[in-house]
Amino acid sequence: LQKALGDAETCRAMSEVAVPEMMMPPPAVPAACQVEKTVPGPGMGDFSYVGIDAILEQMRRKAMKQGFELNIMVVGQSGLGKSTLMNTLFKSKVSRKSVQATSQEKIPKTIHIKSVSHDIEEKGVRMKLTVIDTPGFGDQINNENCWQPIMKFINAQYEQYLQEEININRKKRIPDSRVHCCIYFIPPTGHCLRPLDVEFMRRLSKVVNIVPVIAKADTLTLEERDFFKQKIREELRANGIDVYPQKEFDEDAEDRMINDKIREMIPFAVVGSDQEYQVNGRRLLGRKTKWGTIEVENIAHCEFAYLRDLLIRTHMENIKDITSSIHYEVYRVRRLNENNTAVAHANGLPQHHMTSHEM
Amino acid sequence: MAATEIARQAGEGARAVPLAGHVGFDSMPDQLVNKSVNHGFCFNILCVGETGLGKSTLMDTLFNTKFEGEPTQHNQPGVQLKSNTYELQESNVRLKLTVVNTVGFGDQINKEDSYKSIVEFIDTQFEAYLQEELKIKRTLHSYHDTRIHACLYFIAPTGHSLKSLDLVTMKKLDSKVNIIPIIAKSDAISKSELTKFKIKITSELVSNGVQIYQFPTDDETVAEINSTMNGHLPFAVVGSTEEVKIGNKMVKARQYPWGTVQVENENHCDFVKLREMLIRVNMEDLREQTHTRHYELYRRCKLEEMGFKDTDPDCKPFSLQETYEAKRNEFMGDLQKKEEEMRQMFVQRVKEKEAELKEAEKELHEKFDRLKKLHQDEKKKLEDKKKSLDDELNGFKQKKTAAELLQSQAQQAGGSTTLKRDKERKNFF
Repeated sequence: LQKALGDAETCRAMSEVAVPEMMMPPPAVPAACQVEKTVPGPGMGDFSYVGIDAILEQMRRKAMKQGFELNIMVVGQSGLGKSTLMNTLFKSKVSRKSVQATSQEKIPKTIHIKSVSHDIEEKGVRMKLTVIDTPGFGDQINNENCWQPIMKFINAQYEQYLQEEININRKKRIPDSRVHCCIYFIPPTGHCLRPLDVEFMRRLSKVVNIVPVIAKADTLTLEERDFFKQKIREELRANGIDVYPQKEFDEDAEDRMINDKIREMIPFAVVGSDQEYQVNGRRLLGRKTKWGTIEVENIAHCEFAYLRDLLIRTHMENIKDITSSIHYEVYRVRRLNENNTAVAHANGLPQHHMTSHEM
Repeated sequence: MAATEIARQAGEGARAVPLAGHVGFDSMPDQLVNKSVNHGFCFNILCVGETGLGKSTLMDTLFNTKFEGEPTQHNQPGVQLKSNTYELQESNVRLKLTVVNTVGFGDQINKEDSYKSIVEFIDTQFEAYLQEELKIKRTLHSYHDTRIHACLYFIAPTGHSLKSLDLVTMKKLDSKVNIIPIIAKSDAISKSELTKFKIKITSELVSNGVQIYQFPTDDETVAEINSTMNGHLPFAVVGSTEEVKIGNKMVKARQYPWGTVQVENENHCDFVKLREMLIRVNMEDLREQTHTRHYELYRRCKLEEMGFKDTDPDCKPFSLQETYEAKRNEFMGDLQKKEEEMRQMFVQRVKEKEAELKEAEKELHEKFDRLKKLHQDEKKKLEDKKKSLDDELNGFKQKKTAAELLQSQAQQAGGSTTLKRDKERKNFF
């Protein structure tokens, strides 16, 4: 992210690969093999190359062959630019609207969960991207419990994974439909979070990684934006809402440092666009208005680039990791404990309550 | 660059969508690799082979270090497995290497059970992983994986064929672990003998249905080299940690009066091939095969053995851990019940016997009483009789005294009457 912050100025529509700084290039010449916990014997002065680090290359090959999966959910009221933002993030028509036969947008009476999958490929890396849209969220007059269908959907994905995992004959690679990241769109009121926002984020932050963004940020001036962000951060803190990157999951000091910087910037104020315009001799994604053209990938204009870098270029693996090793495990523990007192009969086992073992 | 319009169908399945620009997820493999580097890797090798075939030396040579340990003696009573873990680091890669050695393999007179401890060891590692996976609160993320990823089977360089111990052991292990057979101390075999030996070994393995590990050929980058190497199996290796000066370099070699065998010279032995295949090209595949094939097979068998079946799609999931416990408890319960039953029966039997004995005792008492009574009656009778006899005797005595008294009176009264008396007496008697 640090490198991306520095490079964002020179970002073009066709930018070069931003290699995360942590990654060292594989050694061109064999590196010395250090051995710990052993006693160097006589005549061992000149260490030669064993080749253990070749496993990195092997892993990379395997990853390229297998491909990756990513499931992103977008939540927010109609008209906040969710679909456009998805298209901008992945530079292609990945949103639900692009597969819908009807172009007219009817606000549904209830919340629908619509999931669209795409196979995308970049430089040999294949990814199955699933965008889960939630039309109808927050659009009704009475929005009580509007988080329920979403919560149900997320838990259903965990359930599906769990079922597959405890099968006796299970697949080599369990298809991962768990929601890795939920982008929550905050309308740019400029004041503070609405009760709906607080309620939703409070509940969902416990089961999924939430990334809040300020939608259509081109309606806020920079001062208004900063003020708004500060208020939001305060309110999140006051309500005990832990959004991604969660403080408690920082692995080490280095991690914490990087994530602290991010935490000072969230929520990102984003602008989405899939139209290109000519600016200073270059074709850039942007929004053209009478008073100027907003460049989406220009960090002086909006924070889209930060969001993209966070989600895709640096923290994608971490997001997936937290989903599988923390959120999913929490669900699993809860689910398995539920069934502790009533073991399933279906597999032919006699009913057996744990308390009836006193003989 | 304008975003290209693509014709698309409104379908549910994933569709291929081209990207209009650089998105950046091509850094995913790097992110993944980074995560693994931070986490560290682990690799576990099992060396199976008779004592003295150079297993420890080969490990030292492969990993360019001196692992601890002294050469084992030949008088082990059974086959034991000794496992040692080492932390190696090369550039930024940290590897937790575990080397497991079979101690005493092939040394016993009766080798029928030699393979059993090896199979048990491998199963124990699988079981440990399975237990962790079944736990409710689990930490798979930081679990130290001890499952054996590769089994190097050391074949003695006889030059003829595989020993029956080798065949039996390999057959038992081929469904549990990736077997890579190697010919140990191959500097004892000449080149021509070696080719024949390799062919014989391969054909014996095939005819006995032993599945050894095949280097994967599905990825184009390594398919070629892997398939070539598959043809060179089993690798004929020589291990050495001593260095000899050849030309102007120090190389690992074994020095004989008739020449020097260089370990890393591909003309001399297949050590380089082994290192290439085992470490530099296929380490990750070995780990993956262990997890997705051997471990899954073990898991499936174990769960089916315990009586689980896959649930219907609309049934709640059960906690395998809990039902495993429940099943075990049920079994213990049954055991206890049986024990209880046996105890009851025992008590019953004892009671019966006791009753029997009491009866007998009672009878005995009765008999005794009867006899006693009888005895008393008899005694009484006898006493009565005695009394009557005594009475008679007394009577007789009285009469006798009375008669004697009369006699004495008669003598005093005169002698004349004695005749009379005598006659009377005679008449009296």
